[in-house]
Formats: sequence, C-alpha cells, structure tokens
Amino acid sequence: MRDAAVVEAPRITPKVSSEDWIMRAVLVGIALYLTVSILLPLYALLSKSFKNADGLFVGLANYVSFFSTPALFWSIENSLTVTLLCCVIVVTLAFIYAYALTRTCIPFKSLFKGVALLPILMPSLLPAIALVYLFGNQGIIKDWLFGYEIYGPIGIVMGECFYVFPHVLTIMLIAMANSDARLYEASDALGASRIKTFFTVTLPSVRYGLVSAFFVCFTLVITDFGVPKVVGGKYNVLATDIYKQVVGRQDFEMGAVVSMVLLLPALFAFAADRIVQRRQVALLSARAVPYQPKKNRAVDMTMLAFCCLIGLIMVSILGMACFASFAKFWPYDLTLSLKHYNFDLMDGGSWNAYWNSIELAAWTAVIGTAMVFTGAYLVEKSKGFHSGRTAMQLLCMIPMAVPGLVLGLAYVFFFNAPNNPLGFLYHTMPILVICTVTHFYTVAHLTAATALKQLDGEFESVSQSLKVPFYKTFFRITVPVCMPAILDISMYLFVNAMTTVSAVVFLYSPDTALASVAILNMDDAGDVAPAAAMGMMIVGTAAAVRLVHAGLTRGILARTQAWRKR
Amino acid sequence: MANDNNGEAYLRVRNLTKKFGEFTALKNVSLDVSEGEFVCFLGPSGCGKTTLLRAIAGLDIQTMGTVEQAGRDISALPPNERDFGIVFQSYALFPNLSVTRNIGYGLENRNMPKADIAARVSDLLDLVGLRDHAKKYPSQLSGGQQQRVALARALATSPGLLLLDEPLSALDAKVRVHLRHEIKELQEKIGITTIMVTHDQEEALAMADRIVVMNHGVIEQVGSPEDIYADPASPFVADFIGTTNFVDGEVQAGGRVSVAGVAIDCGAALDGLNPGDMVTVCIRPEDVQVSTEGGGAGIPVTITDVEFLGSFHRCHVTPVNGAGQTFGTDIDFMIDLSANRARDLGIREGMAVQAALPPEFVRIYRPVGGG
Repeated sequence: MRDAAVVEAPRITPKVSSEDWIMRAVLVGIALYLTVSILLPLYALLSKSFKNADGLFVGLANYVSFFSTPALFWSIENSLTVTLLCCVIVVTLAFIYAYALTRTCIPFKSLFKGVALLPILMPSLLPAIALVYLFGNQGIIKDWLFGYEIYGPIGIVMGECFYVFPHVLTIMLIAMANSDARLYEASDALGASRIKTFFTVTLPSVRYGLVSAFFVCFTLVITDFGVPKVVGGKYNVLATDIYKQVVGRQDFEMGAVVSMVLLLPALFAFAADRIVQRRQVALLSARAVPYQPKKNRAVDMTMLAFCCLIGLIMVSILGMACFASFAKFWPYDLTLSLKHYNFDLMDGGSWNAYWNSIELAAWTAVIGTAMVFTGAYLVEKSKGFHSGRTAMQLLCMIPMAVPGLVLGLAYVFFFNAPNNPLGFLYHTMPILVICTVTHFYTVAHLTAATALKQLDGEFESVSQSLKVPFYKTFFRITVPVCMPAILDISMYLFVNAMTTVSAVVFLYSPDTALASVAILNMDDAGDVAPAAAMGMMIVGTAAAVRLVHAGLTRGILARTQAWRKR
Repeated sequence: MANDNNGEAYLRVRNLTKKFGEFTALKNVSLDVSEGEFVCFLGPSGCGKTTLLRAIAGLDIQTMGTVEQAGRDISALPPNERDFGIVFQSYALFPNLSVTRNIGYGLENRNMPKADIAARVSDLLDLVGLRDHAKKYPSQLSGGQQQRVALARALATSPGLLLLDEPLSALDAKVRVHLRHEIKELQEKIGITTIMVTHDQEEALAMADRIVVMNHGVIEQVGSPEDIYADPASPFVADFIGTTNFVDGEVQAGGRVSVAGVAIDCGAALDGLNPGDMVTVCIRPEDVQVSTEGGGAGIPVTITDVEFLGSFHRCHVTPVNGAGQTFGTDIDFMIDLSANRARDLGIREGMAVQAALPPEFVRIYRPVGGG
C-alpha cells in the first residue's frame, strides 16, 4: 500500500444532514435577530452622529460642536471623576467585605451576603431617591454632610456606590472562592505572618478578580443614568447629557454624538475585562483544595463590625425608601398611609405602568431565555459551520459593551426611520421586549454557555449514533440537565427587565409606560414619595420573583434532578 | 498495509487523510476489517488512533480518502446515516435518565412497540449483568457499571459495528482487567465487528484479534498480537509493545553483526546491507540468555543493578570486555530473568556473566534517518 501514497485520494465533502441544516437555520435566525437588534441600530446611531437635523451628511461637524461647547465636554471629565472615585471606593469596600465573608469566621455570613445583594432588586433611581430623603434639603441626617449638598458629585458617588456594590461583590466573592488552601498551608509552614500571607498569597490570587471588578464597576457607573438623574443636580455627566439632549432639547444629533462618546470608554472597559478574564482561566488547578478559615478573634470582630456597618447602610437606604413611600407627607406628617401607592392619581405614573412592567419582564424572561439558551446550545454543540458559530459568538458579546441609553437611542434612530419596514414595532410592547432581551443578552448567554460546557461533549455524538434527532436530545437531556441555569437566566432577565430604565426610557409610549420609567417621571414632576412607592413595588416584585426562583430551583432539583444525588 | 486481496472486508478504509488546519493527524491510512473481527488501534497519545475512529464514525469526517462499510460507501455521511454503536471514554451516559431509559434511548425513536423495547432492554440488562440496577441513575453506579450501561446502550440498536474509544482508561486497574475479559467475551458471543482505541498495549494484546499499531498519523504495523510482539516491523513497534533493548551494531562480512565487540550470526536479516554499515540491533530483555561459565558464547557483562519486579528480576548490565566496548551511547541494556532462573544463577549486583543474543530473537533495523 505504500505505493498508494502517490495516488491522490478523493477529497471528501461531508454531507450536511437535514439536522445540520435545521441547526444552521436556527443559528442564522438568532444571529439575524442580533444583527437587527444591535448591529443595525448601532450603525444608525453612528451615521446619525454625522448628520444634521435635516439628515444631511455634515462630517465631523457635530463632534466639533460637542468639543467646542464646554458645558458638554466637561461632562466627560465629570463622568470620569465620579466613576473613578466610585471604582476605588467600591472595589476596596467590596474586597474587604468579600474577604470577611470568605476568609474569616464571622457569623451570619449568608445574611450579610443577602443584605449586600439587595441593590440588585431595585432600579438605580430608588437609592438616589432614598439619598434625597436622607441628605436632601429636608433630609433627616443632612447635617452629616457638613453643609455640602447631596445634589452633585457627592450624591452621585454615594448612590452609585450603593447601586454597584453587589455586582462588584459577586466578582470578588468568586475570585476569593478560587483560592487554593495549599498555598496558605505552605505560607503557614514557612512561618509567614498573616500580613505577609495576605500580600504574598491572597492579593496575587485575586488580582484578576480585582481588575475585572474594577472594569465592571467602571462600566456600570459611567453608563448609569438613574442616580445622576435624581441627585446629579447641576453636575452634568455623559449619561444625563444624552437624556437631556434628546428628551429635553430634542437635539437627536447631539444625543447621538454624546452616545458615541459614552460608548468608547464602555467598549474599552469591556475589551480590557475580556482580556483579563481570558487569563484568569488557567489560574486554578483541578487539584486545588478549598480554603477553610481559622478563628482569629481580633480579625473576626473587626470584620464583623465592618460588615455590620455596610449591612446597616444597605438596609437603611432601602428602609428609608420604604418609609418614605408610606409616610403621609414628608417631613411634616409621618403617619403611615398607602396614598402614595395610588399611582393613577399621579402625574407620570399609573398602575398600568406597573402591569406593563410585569408584562415586559415576563415576555423578556420567556422569549429571552428560550432564545439565549438555544443560541448558546447551537454555538457550543453544533458541528461544522465554524464561520457562523464564530460570528454568533461575537454578536453575543456586543450587547454587554453597549450602555442602555446608547442602545435605546440607537433603537429610536433605527426603528423610527421612515423607510424601515420594522417601523411598525416602534412604540409597542414588542420593541421593549426586543430591546430588553438584547440589552441583557450577553450575561445570559455566558451563563448558558458555562452550563452547556459542563455537559459531556459526547451527548450529541451518542444520540447521533443512536439515530435520535438532536432536538429530541436537546429537550430530553440538555434542557432538563441545565434547568438550574435556565431558571437563573430567566430570573436574571425578569429582574433586570423590571429594574431597567436606561434603554427603555426612549422607547415607551403612553400605552406602554413602565414602572421604572414612572419613577423617573414622577420624580421629575416632584412626586418623590410616589416615585419611592413605585420603586418599592419593583423591589417587592423582584424579591418575590427571587423567592419563587429559589423555591422552583429547590423543587426542580428535588424532583427532576434526583440523579444529582448519589 | 491493508490486505487488498481480501474482497470480503466488512470495513474498508482507503487512503484516509485528516488535516486540522496545518496539522496532518492521519496520513494516507488504509485498513481492512473483516466481519466479526476485534481490532485494536494502539499507539501513543496523538498518534491519530482516535482521529481514525472518529472518521470511521463520521464524527470528524476525513479530509481525503474513503470508508466503506458492508459494501456501502459511507465516506461523506453524517453519523446518523451510518451503522455503528459507540462507547466513549467518558461514557456520556445521560445523567437524568435511569439505566433502563439510557439503554432504551436509541430504541424509543424507532417506532418500536413499548413491549418490544422493554423486552430488548431487559435482554441487554441481563447481558451486561445490571438487572438489579435498572432503576438507578448513572451517578449511583460505579465506574465499571457505568461502562457496562454505555456498552448496552451502544448495542441496543443492534449496530453492525461497535466502536470503543478508550473504554477502560477511566477505571481502576483491577476493574479494567476484569472488564476487558467481559467485553471480549461479549464481543465473541454477539459476533459484532469491533474496533477499540487504546494506548494500553496490555489491553490490546489481551483483547484484540488484530492490532493496528499507529504512530504520527500512519499505521506502523498490522498483525495478530503474537506477530506484533514477536516480530515488530519497526523499532517504534518493538519499543512501544513490551520492552526492547536497542543496541548499536556494525555489519561484518559473512552475515554477522558485531555488538559490543562480539559477532552474532544474523544471516538473511542482513540482506541489502554491506559490511561496515551501522545498524540497530533489537532484542527483548527476556530473550537474552545468561550463563555464568566464563569463556562461553556471548558478551561478557557486569550486572550493575538488579530490580525485583515480582515474578521476574530485571538486570541492568554493562559490557566488560577489554577494548572499552559499549552497547552504544546512553544505552541501558536490560535482561529479564525469571525468579527461578535468577535464583539458580545466584544473580547479584557486581556479578560478571555472559549475555548471549540468540540470532532467532535478534532483529536488525537500519538506523532511523541513516543509510
């Protein structure tokens, strides 16, 4: 047979089975959805920033006018100042908090963790409103600011710190959990002091987590719109500028320019974070031993005091908002009443808005979860079609880099364009669902992809050899086995759809007003207490959903995941 | 390498080449497998054995070359249009389905009456001896039991070809030995054509009707376990299967090769070589004959180290003859002696003995890369 080496064997083109075609078609479908829901709108935004109000191409004229208007470009400096300040404060606090929760023997760890995660349940407008009640002109502890005003950078930094704390803490907790006890034992055996161990073992092992936390914090703060909207006062930041240009001055072109300016740092932080995370992968070996903290009275007590302080701040901000929503007439009549919950009587709010929010959240959770999980499954498990899968993977990552306000404004330009055949979606519930699913697509996709990666890679091969179509295996094996992750994704989408303001603020119509937007509008109209009340409705709903999710997860684990137990 | 004259081969692989980008994992591989045969693909990791198996299964279709099964050209077909059952190293059992449902998974999709499925699954449970575990989930089973579920699932649809991808490598040593007998017995009972991929030579020697030794994407040798062990076609095979001493030799006139200054008769093995050519001389440690009478045939050596390995002793030796002769640079020459023989000879470190290389056990190879 050696002679046969000379003969050129026929090249084989694998036959694409009907199943492969189905998979590819669905994959292309989802990729098309993402193209229409993120790429094309971003393009519309970009081109808008180069046009004047009449739609004529004016080159960089809008940018020139942006950079020659001090009031506008100072916002860049303002944004960066408060953002960097928040990053330093939050990353430090969250690091200590995470250290206390993972490396010391303080009691009530799960309670402290739960309390720190409270801000996830609320739109960022709510803590800002609570700050107004605490430190505003009629605030109960306004003296604590030594005569400084809450409206401005102080308020923004305080509000943002509260709002992003749980996100940063989550990253820190994961980074801390990834530490290898054997390193600590080695350090102990070599006689290193606790301080030395901290600097030679603890810090280096979480450095990627720290960097990642920093970038996430940066992105969240610089793109957040709720806090500066409520307590920003005259201190302009990029996020509020977009809103003011578009909603206040109807200057869409300048809104587009500011959006592009805001997109840059967000993109940069996103790219930097991805690079750092890619490096983190190899950090932990499979043989690592989890770290078990040892008792140390002095450290434990200090950490307990610290956690109590942070926990107290968390609870008091939420408690303040809650109390304000029930107080009859702050600060003169503090008897409790439900009158602020009568949203139908308020300017800019209605119970309808709340039910719309529920509807949006439900649709987002159902459609979003189905689409995200199917998309992630096809990216991870389909065979061949590399170009399609790579393109899809890239598309899935884009939404994370795009701030909500930018996305919302991009939708205005894209879907409201007179020649867009999809224009009928504008001002409807579907466009809100599309926008919200897309806005939160990336994190949901990563959750799904992580869960899918943990499945045996040969399930699909086995079912092919048994001639069982892939979709049967998908529904009978993949979905049930990944059910906990699927529930996580749907809860994530539901809660975020309830709390998000930034993207949808440009897209709602009178018929599709949303609870989170109602907070904004009532606050604008001076109905601060009803705004707080609506915020509490969202917190209550989100908390209830989390409870249901916890119950469901436990129930499903007990019923369908009996196999997990030995 | 394939036996082309065999027109009745069940599986015919012809000129298979598989490229992953720039890397060529399989180079022009051809092979025939007869019906009912148990063939092992054996080789070090990265030799292309799993790639070949996956090409036969259609899981990673080859870049060039053809595969025929039962006279049908399946070269380009996706796995679900081929006819095989497969067991993976990880078993890939469905964790949320019971043993019964796992085994019946492939049957439930074939419009088979429920009763027939139950009967077939029941037969298979008996076949692999898991009747008592039918209702358990995979995570509640031991590794060996999981392996048998995977086997039963692969056999459930009565495929024409059974593919086993390192099916035993995730198991404990004892369970492995036990299961390899069981699999071999099962295979003989059903008579299914089977291809198993393994990197464990012992496994291949014990189970296979024929072994396909692979290295760097090509087939080095195909043959029965006895052939491959006794008559390796290349230094690679000699080294990979069992243990072999490789020593330097120089061809002399009259069909002789000089090793460490001592000439050995090699006869026809030296055809095509000229006196003065350097060759590699191979002999297995257990084939070296040791005697203690000085002046006898063989190379005078000193025993530098004795390893006790249970049923036999392994002696490491160096030549002692006057001219500073060696077996070659950095060569560790080993001699295996049964416990009895070692006792009879009174083997101990530092002892001088005669090591004879019987011509019938010596193989001569041209040095790699040399003339």
